Amino acid sequence: MTETSIAIEGAAAAAHETSGRPPGALASVALLAALVVLAGIVLVPILATVVGGFKELGDLQSRPFSLPRVWVWKNYWDILTGSRYWQVLGNSLLIAVLTVALTLALSSMAAFAFAHLRFFGDRFLLSYIQLGLLFPLATAIPPLFIKVRDLGLLDTYWGVILPQVAFSLAMSVLLLRNAFKQLPSELLDAAMMDGCGYFRFFFYVTLPLSGPILSTVAIISFVESWNAYLLPLIVFNSESRYPWTLGLMAYQGQYSTQWQLVLAFITLTILPAILMFLMAQRYIVAGLTAGAVKA
Amino acid sequence: MSVIETASATGTTSVEPARRMSANGWAIVVIFLPPALLLFTVFVALPIAQAAWFGFFNWDGYGRPERFIGLKNYGYLLNNATFNRSLINNGLVIAVSLLVQQPVALAVALMVAGRVAGAAWFRMIFFLPYVLADVAAGLIWHFMFDGGYGLSSVVTDALGLPPYYLLADKTWAFSAILIVILWKYFGFYTMLYVAGLQGIDRSLLEAAEMDGASAFQRFRHITLPLLGPMIRLAIFFSVIGSLKLFDFIPPLTGGGPFETTNTMVSYLYYFGITRMRFGFSSAVGFVLFVICVTFAFGYRRLFMRDD
Repeated sequence: MTETSIAIEGAAAAAHETSGRPPGALASVALLAALVVLAGIVLVPILATVVGGFKELGDLQSRPFSLPRVWVWKNYWDILTGSRYWQVLGNSLLIAVLTVALTLALSSMAAFAFAHLRFFGDRFLLSYIQLGLLFPLATAIPPLFIKVRDLGLLDTYWGVILPQVAFSLAMSVLLLRNAFKQLPSELLDAAMMDGCGYFRFFFYVTLPLSGPILSTVAIISFVESWNAYLLPLIVFNSESRYPWTLGLMAYQGQYSTQWQLVLAFITLTILPAILMFLMAQRYIVAGLTAGAVKA
Repeated sequence: MSVIETASATGTTSVEPARRMSANGWAIVVIFLPPALLLFTVFVALPIAQAAWFGFFNWDGYGRPERFIGLKNYGYLLNNATFNRSLINNGLVIAVSLLVQQPVALAVALMVAGRVAGAAWFRMIFFLPYVLADVAAGLIWHFMFDGGYGLSSVVTDALGLPPYYLLADKTWAFSAILIVILWKYFGFYTMLYVAGLQGIDRSLLEAAEMDGASAFQRFRHITLPLLGPMIRLAIFFSVIGSLKLFDFIPPLTGGGPFETTNTMVSYLYYFGITRMRFGFSSAVGFVLFVICVTFAFGYRRLFMRDD
């Protein structure tokens, strides 16, 4: 390292954290302070939203970041006892569950064929599906709308589910194919020797051994579907079929002057995602980042 | 697979089982592949091809596209101030993502990858906004930026100024969107870098330290190069994510004020889809497609060859 010792460049004080040695007391206090400030920036808007939902409008206006003068439970109570909230969550759940199920089924089957079989055009077909990695759904929105309409799927759940699955195939086939290929080839050899066909190998060996990668794919497609906005926006007309993202925007449109209600509605609609994240944090972080890394 | 290869290569071992397996293999190909291929063709490949085709027409979406207008849609886009503004806005998002977001994420990753107190908590907190939908994050920040409420009102009250509506300020409104993007996504990239840092062999850093390398030298000459693949990956996702940005626009500004805060996709939506101009909006989509594909191919060829 001696020849590089003259390197004089910008600040990189934080870099010493990667070494095993604990930093000096002063540095570690500064570091902790920086992290606390950053955590504050991240959390304050969320906390202000949650607490804001308990306020009266005037209270919210004069003191947006303090605790409510009077805790108004009614804002939350009215939403929770109404049907609107549950309906949008139910719609989102239905769409997400079907999207995940279909994505897992179609992509694991395709990935299995690509992982274990050589046939005429296999490379071509794999590259064909991989094309989906290169551009987002938004680029194809106008023809997609026409397609969904011509298939009679406008304003139906399938009108959202099928395009979502189609656009997630590129990534999920790639992830699963790589994982399937990494299973020891002796397994397949042995299974074939014993007269186990590909079908049984797929159901009894490949799938049971691929739990982690299947759950990664499931998490990615669930989160994508749960948070989707653009596609449902062009597919749905009836509010009764709105997923929560559209329902939230509609609610905000209706009560735009009453921020306390909108904040309560935001809080309740993001609650499932936050709860799931807190309960399964490790898997979710690993799943969402692995999707990016392995692809 | 290898069974078939060896069997057919040697031709001696057992032709019979190889035949059977091959028929079995074909059954897999014929049954397992078509569903995925069909869905992909109908909802991904075909629409993209159609976007290219529809872009040459003036078409309201009813019947078949018949009024062929050549490149007029593209010519219109070229000279349209709102579209050009949305291109610039997408450029701004990319610039901020690369010049601010990635360095911040890397710095934070270095901070929370070490043994700082509560590292796991900080990681969780920083990742939290990423699991919120963009529309929800957008509405939360709409409240924060609302001149009569939220952060904005606290600041103006403290300074004794009249309420300031950032989202209605045509010079600065888009910077509000940039702030929300930073807020929501830096934690995701932080976790990518944390994963990268955890993959670095500690003994390398310890050896360098023994040899008297300073903290900065260790970062510059060991950590940074070893993080290279992860950084290139993060930049790739960051740029593609910036290009397709839409969900923040409706809850924050709806493209206003004076159409200064559109992105390409929100332009496509507000000026194409909602006005039933399907030829025109297909042209916008196709422009975005060309940009994405050019970037993806170019970037992979230039920077991700060895990864």
